[in-house]
Amino acid sequence: MSLTAVDTTTRLPDLSAVPAVDEVGVNERVARFQSRSIKTASKIEALKLVLSMIDLTTLEGQDTPGKVRQLCQKAIHLHDALPDLPHVAAVCVYPTMVGVAREALAGRDINIASVATAFPSGQAPLSVKLEDTRMAVAAGANEIDMVISRGEFLAGHHGRVFDEIVAIKEACGDAHLKVILETGELGTLDRVRKASVLAMHAGADFIKTSTGKIQPAATMQVTLVMLQAIRDYYYDTGRMVGMKPAGGISSAKLAVHYLVMLRETLGNAWMTPDWFRFGASSLANDVLMQLQKQKTGVYQSPDYFSKD
Amino acid sequence: MATPENKLAFDAGWQYSPAPESTDHIKVRKRYGLFIGGDFVAPEKGKYFDTVNPATEEKLSRVALASDADVDKAVKAARKAYGPWVRMKPAERGKYIYRIARIMQERSREFAAIESLDGGKPIRESRDVDVPLAAAHFFYYAGWADKLEYAFPGRKARPLGVAGQIIPWNFPLLMAAWKIAPALACGNTVVLKPAETTPLTAMKLAEVVADAGIPDGVVNIVTGAGETGAAIVNHPGVDKIAFTGSTEVGRIIQQALAGTNKKYTLELGGKAANIIFADAAIDQAVEGIINGIFFNQGHVCCAGSRLFVQESVAEEVIQKLKDRMETLIVGDPLDKNTDIGAINSRQQLDTIESYLAIGQGEGGEMYQSSCPVPDKGYWCRPTLFTGVSQSNRVVQEEIFGPVLAIQTFRTFDEALTKANNTPYGLSGGVWTDKGAKIFKMTQSVRAGVVWANTFNKFDPTSPFGGYKESGMGREGGLHGLDAYLRLEA
Repeated sequence: MSLTAVDTTTRLPDLSAVPAVDEVGVNERVARFQSRSIKTASKIEALKLVLSMIDLTTLEGQDTPGKVRQLCQKAIHLHDALPDLPHVAAVCVYPTMVGVAREALAGRDINIASVATAFPSGQAPLSVKLEDTRMAVAAGANEIDMVISRGEFLAGHHGRVFDEIVAIKEACGDAHLKVILETGELGTLDRVRKASVLAMHAGADFIKTSTGKIQPAATMQVTLVMLQAIRDYYYDTGRMVGMKPAGGISSAKLAVHYLVMLRETLGNAWMTPDWFRFGASSLANDVLMQLQKQKTGVYQSPDYFSKD
Repeated sequence: MATPENKLAFDAGWQYSPAPESTDHIKVRKRYGLFIGGDFVAPEKGKYFDTVNPATEEKLSRVALASDADVDKAVKAARKAYGPWVRMKPAERGKYIYRIARIMQERSREFAAIESLDGGKPIRESRDVDVPLAAAHFFYYAGWADKLEYAFPGRKARPLGVAGQIIPWNFPLLMAAWKIAPALACGNTVVLKPAETTPLTAMKLAEVVADAGIPDGVVNIVTGAGETGAAIVNHPGVDKIAFTGSTEVGRIIQQALAGTNKKYTLELGGKAANIIFADAAIDQAVEGIINGIFFNQGHVCCAGSRLFVQESVAEEVIQKLKDRMETLIVGDPLDKNTDIGAINSRQQLDTIESYLAIGQGEGGEMYQSSCPVPDKGYWCRPTLFTGVSQSNRVVQEEIFGPVLAIQTFRTFDEALTKANNTPYGLSGGVWTDKGAKIFKMTQSVRAGVVWANTFNKFDPTSPFGGYKESGMGREGGLHGLDAYLRLEA
């Protein structure tokens, strides 16, 4: 496949030229990543890197300003008993909570991500989605996590999905745009790959697997397919696109295997919070527990780690 | 495609710390005798030779060098054991074989570690492939022991007698299982010779055979080099020869057996074509190419050593192969993260290196990954040759190392013609998203096994063997029984 001739900023590429994906082969490659044995110094380094890549997330109907303020405290104070810890990359909230997070994180080097575009279903008119996005940006979000219209995509209306992303990207202004494909609703890895290509050509800064509201959410399989799409896009255009698996990554061991996959697929340039994020709510504490274990040799009770 | 500006970087940043498999649980004796008649016995002439770890060049143990007299003793022990063994109730024979399988599973960690120490293959492979598959072969054939009448309905299946079995160094334990399991299930007794560079897991298997209570003399294992193998082949008391190894030696064996009443199977060399069509799932095909040629350092008779890529995707496939090769870790076979271990012996390394020189001399463009390799031991980085053709020796001859020769093709017919344009015919691979193309190609490639959208998949239930100079007869599956039986009306 070569998409070199395509104008990368405004035109929908020919998705029939996107290479096929073989699910059996993807499963085998993923199993190979998971057979990597990450020990000692490389484990500690990886665990800290995972922490720095987390988008600490709360996306519930029951969210309140109080809950969001507590989450921001956790973002700042992951586990003060362990020195030299990085902070998380961002907190991720609904648009109505962006202002609260902005206040709670004032002066901190932690980004504020907001979901937008009628998250999680995306079933709203474009005008509503645009307004949703503008409002979140105006309230202080510097990262927008949008959802694509899965219904339009599955119906084969690729152009509409593409145009929508282009419009939202424009509404984002300086804010980074993460495009959620909701892979659990796309059904096949072939569609995941096509949707990835579409989103990147429409201007996505990041592509993201899931809302976390649909099962399955992130898997290593879909993430691998998306990373391979990112690599091919980079080869075709020279532009780096980030990756965010979200939902379902709650153990440190699994997160480290995602890093193995990232390292062996895209290489070192992507191994930073600028280019890779974990969308997660409970991952941080398991990572902290593992770091504590590496330091002391024993596991501590989960009660020693704050749950905000 | 990749340019100097957008090249991916795999060489710096986060690296994996060493994760060595421990060896404190393994027991290797300082010296091994010959396993004859249920016991380890000293060789008649008292000669022993060293077996070394190819990753460190350090001596692991000494094993006996079997002379003609020792082979004669082993064959006689096998003959003596044959009568009671063949008269035993088949279900009882099956029980013994199941027992070997179970004990092998119980000791799988030890088998895996010793296989990697003695042969140089990465522990990931010996742990996940060699040992489980070896046990699976015993399990599978144990089940056939009392069901032979159903395997060949309407005919009486009679064992042959004493089987002489000679196996190579690339899959020492697995090849021993491929040979011993069907032979025993069919009621034969065996004299097996492991390769001289990798005798240790065969010695451990002898211990398993003893611990399983297999009647004395049913399984005999003699160690030595080519002369020991020749003594087995030429022994008049042997009824069947099963050989896996080079085509060159296979020819000598076939000549020696001509005019005798000995049945034989030969599993010889290969130069498999791995064919990638433009409509293939490219990223998964790249992984299949990597596994096809770099599995077990390329010491695989069915390795996909000739790559044919459709021209329109050739540049992309080669770029992705190079990227993937950069992530392959070459080094300590006992490290759980090692992808490519040590070359099995100094001699084999010399052979591979001579081919690297030949390939470059022929005008081929050689590419090797940049991975560091240890100072001591025998190592070869994963290697590609582009700009080569069917006329080049690196395309024609079996190198038996991590060396891939890449050619491009334009049409289906061109790929097929070139794929079959080889004296070998052991295996092949085809990669396409189109089912009809898979069937068309797999029916036309003259090879014993052709994989579609995968490579190097093995299962005890599936027959394996070659066309043309890749050998004759089949091992594995129901067909594998046939090689150890005489079928009577």
